[in-house]
Amino acid sequence: MQKIIEAKCYVLGNNIDTDQIFPGRYLELVDPQEIASHCLEGADETLAGRFQKGEIVVAGTNFGCGSSREHAPIALVNMGAAVVIAESFARIFFRNAINLALPLLVCPGISQKVKQGDLLRVDLQNGTVENITQKETYPAEKISDYAMSILEAGGIKPLFRKKTGLE
Amino acid sequence: MHAIEKILAQAAGKEKVFTGEIVNAKVDFAEVNDLYLQTILSFYEMGGKKVWDPSRLAFVFDHYAPAPTIQSAEIHDKMRQFVQEQNLTYHFDINAGVCHQVMPEAGVVYPGMVLVATDSHTTTHGAFGAFGTGCGATDMATIMISGELWFRVPEIIEIHLEGIPPQSVFPKDVILYILGQMKADGAVYKAIEFTGDYIDSLGVAGRMTICNMAVEMGAKTAYMQPNQAVLDYVKARAVRPFTVQHSDPDFQYQQRYVFDITNLSPQVAVPFSVDNVYPIEQVEKKKINQGFIGACTGGRIEDIQEAANLLRGKKIPRSVRLVVIPASAEVAKEAIRRGYTTDLIDAGATVTAPGCGPCLGVHQGCIGEGEVCITASNRNFPGRMGSKKGEVYLASPKTVAASALKGYLTDPREL
Repeated sequence: MQKIIEAKCYVLGNNIDTDQIFPGRYLELVDPQEIASHCLEGADETLAGRFQKGEIVVAGTNFGCGSSREHAPIALVNMGAAVVIAESFARIFFRNAINLALPLLVCPGISQKVKQGDLLRVDLQNGTVENITQKETYPAEKISDYAMSILEAGGIKPLFRKKTGLE
Repeated sequence: MHAIEKILAQAAGKEKVFTGEIVNAKVDFAEVNDLYLQTILSFYEMGGKKVWDPSRLAFVFDHYAPAPTIQSAEIHDKMRQFVQEQNLTYHFDINAGVCHQVMPEAGVVYPGMVLVATDSHTTTHGAFGAFGTGCGATDMATIMISGELWFRVPEIIEIHLEGIPPQSVFPKDVILYILGQMKADGAVYKAIEFTGDYIDSLGVAGRMTICNMAVEMGAKTAYMQPNQAVLDYVKARAVRPFTVQHSDPDFQYQQRYVFDITNLSPQVAVPFSVDNVYPIEQVEKKKINQGFIGACTGGRIEDIQEAANLLRGKKIPRSVRLVVIPASAEVAKEAIRRGYTTDLIDAGATVTAPGCGPCLGVHQGCIGEGEVCITASNRNFPGRMGSKKGEVYLASPKTVAASALKGYLTDPREL
């Protein structure tokens, strides 16, 4: 997996719930690209159209609160988000994202420090976020060993297949 | 150890567990709702052939029941095929109701168990002294294959309630008040035990309403020590023997919060957040277009009873529609038997088939741009019930009924 990510970021607020990440009216969709086309529509209707593969989502506290819908991280992964950096994450969203190998980084105060479009350099291994545009560095929480082992395996599915000898 | 830790320890085959430890726990019962065809796709992608135990996995069709679109009809169809192929004991089709109501009714929820479902409101089952938690499709596929899931043993906080609230103040008001105090991220990744004389005095329905919304402050699970009402309920229904766990007297909570509810008013969560809560007397008497009584938070017989008692012999104005959806077929039959359904229909309400209804904005009462809905359900996020430019207010079933009768947000104590 890519542990250094250098890309532009999109900044969102606090309590971005799963209805904003992926509105309930689209829940019957199964195709990942179709799912991705509605990503974050509840927070910013045009974001999915502008977002480039490999870019970064930044948010405030409690990102992903609300429903257990895995469509939320599926949408983010398929929209091409390389990492989500937030001040905190809701629990089920956290599990779902790590299971799908979407890296999440907890970084205190980040949503107030970075501006829309800032270029960030994120070190997932060491847990740092460098803001190249503003020439600042912010400490983040290191990803736990357990979560990192799932991310490195490419998510729960390949890990599980390996574990059970299915592959 | 706390009762929750004892449940996890037993499920993990360990003597003791410690806060922060990651354990692999056996799941006693798992449930998939009809939003999650992905569980079946992931099951096969991960090499699944047979589910680990066909008597411990249920499919419940509630979010899309009956199917509102061709796509959801096809999702149901694929799930029915899977249920048949896997020979599952439990399948609750579109005639059954909301998963969190039909599972306890069917006796698959009982004290001391580990219950995992693809729904965040699985915290509801703390009302029965069970460890209930929500998960996504990939986690569920892991359970479907192996019967196990990893858990981080959570920090446990106590929310202690002092006093008994006045009339017209219900468990829904109490949990809204707590949410307003604790905030939407007040318990992220933690387990909450609710304690106090009020909790001990509550029946099954009220306990379920409070535990249901524990997830709205981010909780991993909720817990209440089973009382006599719970024991009577589960003894009559449980399909397996069970053990009630008790916390050790020396257990130290990570934090203790005390709320006095003696003089509580009916509460309202105003758009667009569950923690944006005010006593109703401080809320503008806003005109409403729709009221909704139903879902896993507010669709039980006790909830429908409050609405029927308030609306019996009266007429709601033509400017308002009131949607009432019993949480299960059992609740629907009881409402018919007691005459509540007739009372509500005569008052002008729309009573529909059991299920989640408009709570998540897919059918049976979505709201349009500029519309206002007051609801006994659990979320008022932007766009939750339809248009992003609609507004959702959360309140107790009685406050919803009172507001529907008046046509604007109304304090039920005024009637």
